[in-house]
Amino acid sequence: MAWNEPGKDDKDPWGNRGNDGPPDLDEVLRSVQRKFQSLFGGSSSDNDDTSGNGSSIIGAGLLLAIVAIVWLASGIYIIEPPERGVVLQFGKYKETTMSGPHWHIPYPVQAVEVVNIDESRTAEIGFRSTAGRSGMVPSEALMLTQDENIIEMKIEIQYRVEKPADFLFNVQNPVKTLQQMTESAVREVVGLSLMDDVLTTGRQEVAIKSEKLLQSLLSDYGTGLLVTSFNITDAQAPAQVQAAFDDVVKAGADKVRMKNEAEAYANDIVPRARGAGFRVVQEAEAYKSQILAKAQGETSRFLQVMNEYEKAPDITRERMYLDTMESVYSRTQKVMVDVSKESSNVLYLPLDKMRGGSKSAPTRIDLSNMPAYPSSNSNGTNTGSAQDNARSRGGR
Amino acid sequence: MSTRMNLIVMSILLVFVVLYLSVFYVDQRERALVLHLGQIERADYQPGIHFKVPLIEDVKRFDARVLTVDVKPERYITRDKETLLVDSFILWKIKDVSTYYTAMGGDRNRATSRIFNIVNNALRDEFANRSVQDVVAGDRTSMVSDILSNTNEAVKAFGIELVNIRIKRIDFISEINERVFARMNSERERIAKETRAEGAEEAEKIRSDADRQSTIIIADSNRQSEELRGNGDALATDTYAQAYGQNKEFYSLYRRLTAYKNVFTGDDMLVIEPKGDFFNKFSDAKN
Repeated sequence: MAWNEPGKDDKDPWGNRGNDGPPDLDEVLRSVQRKFQSLFGGSSSDNDDTSGNGSSIIGAGLLLAIVAIVWLASGIYIIEPPERGVVLQFGKYKETTMSGPHWHIPYPVQAVEVVNIDESRTAEIGFRSTAGRSGMVPSEALMLTQDENIIEMKIEIQYRVEKPADFLFNVQNPVKTLQQMTESAVREVVGLSLMDDVLTTGRQEVAIKSEKLLQSLLSDYGTGLLVTSFNITDAQAPAQVQAAFDDVVKAGADKVRMKNEAEAYANDIVPRARGAGFRVVQEAEAYKSQILAKAQGETSRFLQVMNEYEKAPDITRERMYLDTMESVYSRTQKVMVDVSKESSNVLYLPLDKMRGGSKSAPTRIDLSNMPAYPSSNSNGTNTGSAQDNARSRGGR
Repeated sequence: MSTRMNLIVMSILLVFVVLYLSVFYVDQRERALVLHLGQIERADYQPGIHFKVPLIEDVKRFDARVLTVDVKPERYITRDKETLLVDSFILWKIKDVSTYYTAMGGDRNRATSRIFNIVNNALRDEFANRSVQDVVAGDRTSMVSDILSNTNEAVKAFGIELVNIRIKRIDFISEINERVFARMNSERERIAKETRAEGAEEAEKIRSDADRQSTIIIADSNRQSEELRGNGDALATDTYAQAYGQNKEFYSLYRRLTAYKNVFTGDDMLVIEPKGDFFNKFSDAKN
């Protein structure tokens, strides 16, 4: 719409926009009226001088009636649903009319100005969406924060006319004023905020505060405007320092990564340690059970044999001794030396050679007439070897 | 008849013309004053219909709305000798039309430049009394209200009222901007370093904690293990002692015989003097 463009001159554009013409006519005739006051022109431009021919009174009356009807009909106007009509009587504000057909006392008594109150209008701070892709306006976008840093803000606000009469009559250029007030409000709020807040968590808060401040300013000066939405579309560090800011973000990610890696390490070794520890304990348990079982087994065996031994100690001792010696001697190679008879002689035994001989048949050194030692498989030796086996299995 | 008619028409026309010249409207947006031969006759015309003496009196109209002056960015020096670029706008209105007309002759440009000068000087004084921090982060509303009350005194003489002075931009001049950017960069660098170091710190804490935990777990398990083994050994020892203690003599025999069997195995070579109990029938059966 051309009528709300801020670039327009001071001349108020509202009068040009009636559906039915009277405001237009009003404007024109008022200027004529002004001319009349300053220079005495005296020419008749009104429609009331039509009775000049004087042919007949009836004819003149008819003409007058038609003129009157046309005059009265010129007061009819229609207000569309999103609009409001502001009625002025002799230039003074009379009333605001809602949508629908209406009639006002025709010119020169009343006039109507129409304002669209539903249409959502947009103001942009820090950028112009019409100017190229980014369209940044640095002089608007760059702002100082409380901690004397510079940030870049882009703001888009939506507003509409809330009070048509205020909108028309109170402020010379409400739209331009709104633009300036928005910038001023945002800068005031940003100036009271810390940069980190504005760029991150406090962004919404800045928007809320700015909107509140802006709305109170707009209401204070009776602009009749209502801010419907206040969006900070972008809040970032200026290009000159963007890389450093990005690095901070990366550093944050690095921090999380390092932490995660360490946690992965912890999650790896602690359960393993628990497992290993469990194994050590279990092995100890096993050892304990094992050694106890062994002790119990051995003592049980001992006690049983002991019981029998005690019944006949002498013979049992003898038997066990002989059985054992038999078993020992039968399994090993032997060299018999009679020390008592040849005590002065040095005995030479080529042990290595003897050992090198066949193992299957133990070498028997012939000492006097020694008979071959009979190998016997008595019950005693059998139990002995069984005991051996058990020992070698259980031993650690 | 025709002349009478003409006379009527002429008189009606005259009435209209006189009416036209003596009636004037004041729009809702305007205030007006009436000049009587160049002298201000009356100045408080509100919106509506009004009358004046035709030809002799003249109407001057003034905008009654809040007007805006967009001030060009100006350089101000603060108390701490920093130069700031300040962009502001002034909201004002014509309060007393007769004073305004007398002072400015109805020329709005003249009024604007006077307002601008007055406000500019007031701002310059105000900034000179404040530090950068005060100006940027201070309460702009209270700063402006001081200026407003002072400047309003000054412009009262022109029939003008300053409604508000809104400071839009307060920026450093471009040379200082570079310094600010350098400072911001170094600050970010510091934060980035700190963040990374914190990450390393936390990671190291987590790792060392995990190491500690695992060492303790292993040590604790070893302790438990030794306890269990000792306990087992003790119980076993007790079992042995109880059993073997029942007949020490037999134990000594039994254990020795068992040991002999275990000690001498197949590969051993025994060099024996055939004596002792085992051999006592070996060389002499009658012995």
